[in-house]
Amino acid sequence: MVDLNFKEIWRYRDLLFLFVKRDVITLYKQTVLGPLWYFIQPLFTSIIFTLIFNNIADIKTGEGIPPFLFNLAGITSWNYFSECLKGTSDTFKKNQNIFGKVYFPRVIMPMSIVVSNLLKFGIQLLVFVCFYIYFVFFTDKGGSAIPQLALLALPILILFMGLLGLGFGMIISSMTTKYRDLTFLVGFGVQLLMYGSAVMYPLELIRKKVALGEIPELAGNIIEYNPMTTVVELFRHMTLGVGDFSTNQFIYAGIVSIVTFLIGLVIFNKTEKSFIDTI
Amino acid sequence: MKEDIILKAENVSKQYRLGLVGTGTISHDLNRWWSKLLGKGDPYLRVGESNDRSTKGKSNYVWALQDINFEVKKGEVLGIIGKNGAGKSTLLKILSKVTGPTTGEIKTKGRIASLLEVGTGFHGEMTGRENVFLNGAILGMTKKEIRSKIDEIIEFSGCERYIDTPVKRYSSGMTVRLAFAVAAFLEPEILVIDEVLAVGDAEFQKKAIGKMQDISRGGGRTVLFVSHNMASVKSLCTRGIVLENGKVAFEGSSEEAVAKYLSSDMNSNENLKVFKEGYDKPLFKLQSIGMKNTNRSFSQPIVEDAEMEINLDVFFKTEDTGKYNITYHLHNELGDTMFSFFDRDYKTKITKGDNKINCIIPKDFLQSGSYSLSLFIVKDKRTAAFVEKNIFYFNVVNGSKEIGVYSGREPGYIKPSFKWKNIKKDE
Repeated sequence: MVDLNFKEIWRYRDLLFLFVKRDVITLYKQTVLGPLWYFIQPLFTSIIFTLIFNNIADIKTGEGIPPFLFNLAGITSWNYFSECLKGTSDTFKKNQNIFGKVYFPRVIMPMSIVVSNLLKFGIQLLVFVCFYIYFVFFTDKGGSAIPQLALLALPILILFMGLLGLGFGMIISSMTTKYRDLTFLVGFGVQLLMYGSAVMYPLELIRKKVALGEIPELAGNIIEYNPMTTVVELFRHMTLGVGDFSTNQFIYAGIVSIVTFLIGLVIFNKTEKSFIDTI
Repeated sequence: MKEDIILKAENVSKQYRLGLVGTGTISHDLNRWWSKLLGKGDPYLRVGESNDRSTKGKSNYVWALQDINFEVKKGEVLGIIGKNGAGKSTLLKILSKVTGPTTGEIKTKGRIASLLEVGTGFHGEMTGRENVFLNGAILGMTKKEIRSKIDEIIEFSGCERYIDTPVKRYSSGMTVRLAFAVAAFLEPEILVIDEVLAVGDAEFQKKAIGKMQDISRGGGRTVLFVSHNMASVKSLCTRGIVLENGKVAFEGSSEEAVAKYLSSDMNSNENLKVFKEGYDKPLFKLQSIGMKNTNRSFSQPIVEDAEMEINLDVFFKTEDTGKYNITYHLHNELGDTMFSFFDRDYKTKITKGDNKINCIIPKDFLQSGSYSLSLFIVKDKRTAAFVEKNIFYFNVVNGSKEIGVYSGREPGYIKPSFKWKNIKKDE
């Protein structure tokens, strides 16, 4: 029987917040640069992407939209999803010690990771905002980067990203208890998925190329219906006003996220009962 | 469930796959899935043998537990006893929901917690106080509950001065104290104590047992107690279950359960070590060493209040004119040598061929506990021809004591029966 156990999760909500607190407290301990790491990663990735995709490959990001800002927006939104996915995909393996000793709803663990990743996301969002202000107000390059009214729905979009990452993470972590090989697939797969999620190019470009027959239709469809493409596009639309936005896309992202999360939760709950014997 | 039943196990079984899990896992999974599709049952659930560790089985699947049924009433203290590998720890894992049963169901009312989980989830970078909250929450307390008890917990732990210091600065003793304090104030409806796993830290074990005594005597709380110490099972538990090869072999009063356990024959010669290879020396071949109570078998526990014997089976290949004898050193569980003993007058007359050397230890000599033997084969009381340290480990358990007397383990390792009298009265 499908038993999602929400009641029990609610009963353990204090534990969820204490895990988040633990993660926050222990985040920067023993690192030299501390929170700076969260600046460095998106910054350098954006610089590299701008160099390769915009300067060398000559991808156009639209009139009045600085390529750097375009890439930073893509990476910021992508990072939250990928951090959630990577953080939760080894839940069972990483916590087998504590899981082997005491029972609490296991799903609290990945949920706490998704919540504490919000802090990282917040920092990266702040970096994005700083560069946004710089480009728009201190240079003349960011003329058409205008936040849209849809920005108000950003918290919901963040929820979708989290659910999507958590859902895939739970599915993968459940399967890695038996089939270890999947662990190797995660790092590699996430990277591949990024190229298929319109992080460093506008979706419109793909559509154009498909129409011109320069890209096979299948590849176009994969990118088009990849829920993360929708999320990244929506994020860029909300913050920069590029790309198209439709309520349908928003609903599509929402449904896929929620369904992925629910499937993940069911598989995860099924695995938690006996994973300790197979891990 | 009836009103006063707080925990109920219904046909609980647990199957494990032996060997390497991983190879062939996908093929078995596909096979399972295919059978399910055809509407047949799980093909691997039907194979499987009872979990007898010492005999070689045919199947890769074993039943660690098979059709376990029992009920625990509120306020009852249930002792679970059985030899190593009988399924005690598996049962506890299932009861505490760490792993699920393969078939069957556990029904409980209220929270189950185990004193073994002390310190689970402690994080070195966090302060003592923060760890108390986290650890308490892992064990199932709410923030509110912990907040209402935090002062008591800190006081009980005796770490007041360090409570706002990161735990990584604590000594290991302080960490254990703090962790134990959290567990002690947990107040679950059902408390599980596994003495078998609580080895290592004698002080902590004592504290845990003390706490459990308080809890069970203080009234109301339901306790499940797993132990090898028959005396504490007898004195603490109201009821007992004996597990044998994953099945409930006996259920009844703790007295009867202990008696059943001590007399049971579990088909595994625990106390006999047979050397199939190795120890084949030019001079001799060591075949087996074992220890048992006289007139009982190697598969039965050795009790302290009956005569014991050490049996050594050794084949001598030599015509050597030298005189050989056997020397043993007896060590306690800490590895200290307690004494050595040997055949002073060559009564064993070791000569070429098979030698079965029997050394009899009188009853009421060794105190219950864990011991090991080192074996020396000595030539002419001068040179050691063979030395093997800790060649054999054994446990001595409490015998059947009178009801009502002190039932704990007496201190020390020797249990001498000296002659006593009152000269004034006996004249």
